[in-house]
Amino acid sequence: MDHFLDMGGYAYFVWPAYGVVALLLLVFAVQAWHELRRQQAELTALERLGLGRRRDRQADRQDGSGGHDESEA
Amino acid sequence: MFHRFANPARFMAVAAMILPWMTALAAGLLLVGLYFALLASPADYQQGETVRIMYVHVPAAWMALFVYVAMAAASASFLIWRHPLADIFAQAAAPLGAAFTAAALITGSLWGKPMWGTWWVWDARLTSMLILLFLYLGYIALSQAFDNRERGARAAAVLALVGMINVPIIKFSVDWWNTLHQPASVIKMSGPAIDPSMLLPLLLMAAGMKAYFLVVVILRMRARLLSRRVQVLKLLAAET
Repeated sequence: MDHFLDMGGYAYFVWPAYGVVALLLLVFAVQAWHELRRQQAELTALERLGLGRRRDRQADRQDGSGGHDESEA
Repeated sequence: MFHRFANPARFMAVAAMILPWMTALAAGLLLVGLYFALLASPADYQQGETVRIMYVHVPAAWMALFVYVAMAAASASFLIWRHPLADIFAQAAAPLGAAFTAAALITGSLWGKPMWGTWWVWDARLTSMLILLFLYLGYIALSQAFDNRERGARAAAVLALVGMINVPIIKFSVDWWNTLHQPASVIKMSGPAIDPSMLLPLLLMAAGMKAYFLVVVILRMRARLLSRRVQVLKLLAAET
């Protein structure tokens, strides 16, 4: 195990390289997931106020981002 | 055939369907890739264990270029055909492309120090990759620099297209100029000049990063589409 972690004496270069990549991938994935959940929650809240189901049909068409994805969690 | 997916509602439906599978694929490929990269592949006879940096460095650099080309293609289709999703894709992809470029530069630096004896040199490959990072950052800044979203999107799309000139420069920089960076060893006319035991983890990590990119870009696009809808509803609420 020590031999593996030592990376032939290059541990200080190999592990940070993997660490940086892992960190970047993780941060971006978590951030994207959070942002999606936040928007979904906001949309649900607005719809609970009675908006967005019928009255905004016209706005939908202008905006082009209609669709009824919000049922999906 | 792509116009069929131009409808955001249909895109959302298809994206929601493939997302769990793509997530599983990305995780699986990256885990198996890591196993081969760190455990089941040999050290290099010249570079020793530092060769393992290649399995994150090269896929990240490939992704940096792949994402840029995809972003520029989307920008073109946004400017020419006003494809409603193209701009959303490009803006969702840009920060990811910047992250891959930064990852390639940082891992390259960590590889350069022990092998070349320096963290950085201003040679053609490294400099053109740094310019790619600035192109990504410029695209992101420009797309957010206007109060009018449409104007920002168009200005950024033009920048993305102009920046395409840098892509062949990056690819061929190692052939056109004398550089410390080694020339291509996988994507070349005579076939890969790399042992299968090292090519396998490289390709697994590359495929894993591509699947990862698709997952995160879909998440980001869906969030953007939802946020537009939220804005419309808020405007409606303010009116009533």
